Amino acid sequence: MSILVNKDTKVIVQGFTGKEGSFHAEQCLAYGTKIVGGVTPNKGGTEHLGQPVFNTVKEAVKTTGATVSMIFVPPAFVADAVMEAADAGIDLAVIITEGAPVRDMQAAKAYAIKHNMKTIGPNCPGIITAEECKIGIMPGMIFKKGNIGLISKSGTLTYEGANQVVKQGFGISTAVGIGGDPIIGLSYKQLLPMFEADPETHAIVMIGEIGGDLEIQAAAYIKEHITKPVVAFIAGQTAPAGKRMGHAGAIVSGGAGTAAEKMAALEAAGVKVVVSPADIGKAISEVLAK
Amino acid sequence: MNIHEYQAKQIFAKYGVPTPKGLMAESVKQAVANAETLGGSIWVVKAQIHAGGRGLGGGVKLARSLEEVEQLSKEILGMTLVTHQTGPEGKLVQKLYIEEGADIKEELYLGVVLDRAREMPVIMASTEGGMAIEDVAHNTPEKIIKIAVDPAIGFQGFHGRELVFGLGITDSNEQKKLISFASKLYKLYMENDAEMIEINPLVKTGSGEFLALDGKMGFDDSALGRHPDIEDMRDISEEDADEREAGKYGLSYVSLDGEIGCMVNGAGLAMGTMDTINYMGGTPANFLDVGGSANAQTVAKGFEIILKNPKVKAIFVNIFGGIVRCDRIANGILEATKLVDVHVPVIVRLDGTNAPEAAEILRNANIANVIAATDLADGAAKAVAAAKQAK
Repeated sequence: MSILVNKDTKVIVQGFTGKEGSFHAEQCLAYGTKIVGGVTPNKGGTEHLGQPVFNTVKEAVKTTGATVSMIFVPPAFVADAVMEAADAGIDLAVIITEGAPVRDMQAAKAYAIKHNMKTIGPNCPGIITAEECKIGIMPGMIFKKGNIGLISKSGTLTYEGANQVVKQGFGISTAVGIGGDPIIGLSYKQLLPMFEADPETHAIVMIGEIGGDLEIQAAAYIKEHITKPVVAFIAGQTAPAGKRMGHAGAIVSGGAGTAAEKMAALEAAGVKVVVSPADIGKAISEVLAK
Repeated sequence: MNIHEYQAKQIFAKYGVPTPKGLMAESVKQAVANAETLGGSIWVVKAQIHAGGRGLGGGVKLARSLEEVEQLSKEILGMTLVTHQTGPEGKLVQKLYIEEGADIKEELYLGVVLDRAREMPVIMASTEGGMAIEDVAHNTPEKIIKIAVDPAIGFQGFHGRELVFGLGITDSNEQKKLISFASKLYKLYMENDAEMIEINPLVKTGSGEFLALDGKMGFDDSALGRHPDIEDMRDISEEDADEREAGKYGLSYVSLDGEIGCMVNGAGLAMGTMDTINYMGGTPANFLDVGGSANAQTVAKGFEIILKNPKVKAIFVNIFGGIVRCDRIANGILEATKLVDVHVPVIVRLDGTNAPEAAEILRNANIANVIAATDLADGAAKAVAAAKQAK
């Protein structure tokens, strides 16, 4: 068990033959991900990385039976690609691209919801079910199989957290990088119940950052519905207000979205909150020893 | 990206959002000429900087004669204006906006921002215009009306009714005018990929007209590619030179006021590194995300930018190597130390793919200034210790 994706998940790649798409699709294939094809307009009928290339997502889905799409198209074309995937009946789109306009993502997400398509990202490392299926750009070798679920807005903090969990003798069930943009797809609130329901997940690591209120929503949800232990870290305690910290969404605006308020809300919900990401692994050991 | 008030008002005018007449000036002479061109007997001399609170800081003043326009322009142009948004160092005033005076009867607030929780633009309005909206939100939140507009349907009649009734506007003529004002504002917000618009104050004049007395706009950086006209409005003198320089090399940099320079891959880990330094009793000097491909050139540029800050006493390089292997990054760091004269201790933590090989490379290089660390906590502790020792 795991959440969202596993060894049987069939994946196509939008932006398959581009530089990024090619490089990472190859890495995913090497990891064992069932990439069954890709989409690049005007390259339909050819083959790439030993897989068929299609002109449209519809054709790709019809021929391969893929249910997940990994999206690598350039920022200006992300919304179009997401909507095409939704229209073609894809169940989950994993959007890796960074720098898509907010207005585009607003429209694309609304359309995806209308078509019952889940989205992850944009501006994220993707999703990995350890030793089964990697859909994204994370270094697969860090993610040893185990019983910790991980949800993170940050790519490198996902690796940092997973690495520490593994060093403590545990492993990862599924790790989801949800992205650092102002508007993102699946978030803590949608992923927490999936981990709660997954018998293979025994505890959850949640990594957030300044900006927006998704972590506050998560705290309210955890308080009411989550029985598994949760460890959280919120990045940006020392970030100045009004400054964007790398991620488009990582900004304290109008005094709202601070790390302090998120940490307080999570603590009040019974979450073990660590002040430094260096303590994530230790904290998992502690909550599981109880 | 942010723009000046005078530029925001140019966009307002294009969409028919009423504003007082005004002209931008870059010299005292031009300011007086602008006042003459505008005519009338009362003018407002306004400092143009990218920060709110200009009035309270002494950057907005009323002139009742051309002599006064000249006098006030001399005072304001070239002054360092300190407001609650500029920080204590303030901002140099390099441009003025000369505007005709308005007959102010009431001051309102009107803005459009992205509501991240609802994932749609929200129109914010208040009868408490002319005050910092953060204070109104904090002290009297009931005095702020929020109307979310779903872009799928756009600005509808009911949004307008919620707005005017919420503000207690009963005169039907005034209702019509304000609804039209807000609907144009929403349109220009969407069409220009704005991130926020703030009109504070929006005034009602003695004759029942609504005017944007102020105008502040910010834009979604990711969408600037499709708005060359907005990109042309960029005023680089308003932006931090180091942040701009870093951006050219694909680095994301924000300066802080501590002593430990940070160079990290990934925004989240970069913030987490600052937080860890702080937790261990040190102070971060900056946020710096070198991005996914930390190579000799980007690392060298990072060193260069960090070392411009004379307060930096140590540098913590914290890289989690994933797809990019640590041994390659280690070689990049060593090469970078040859390109830039790094005169403070550099603590290097490389973890992830091929980390042991990387540690070996750093050890063999045997550079006095470069100290290897085993993990995030170890690296932060060593950086804090090195900075303390340097004092």
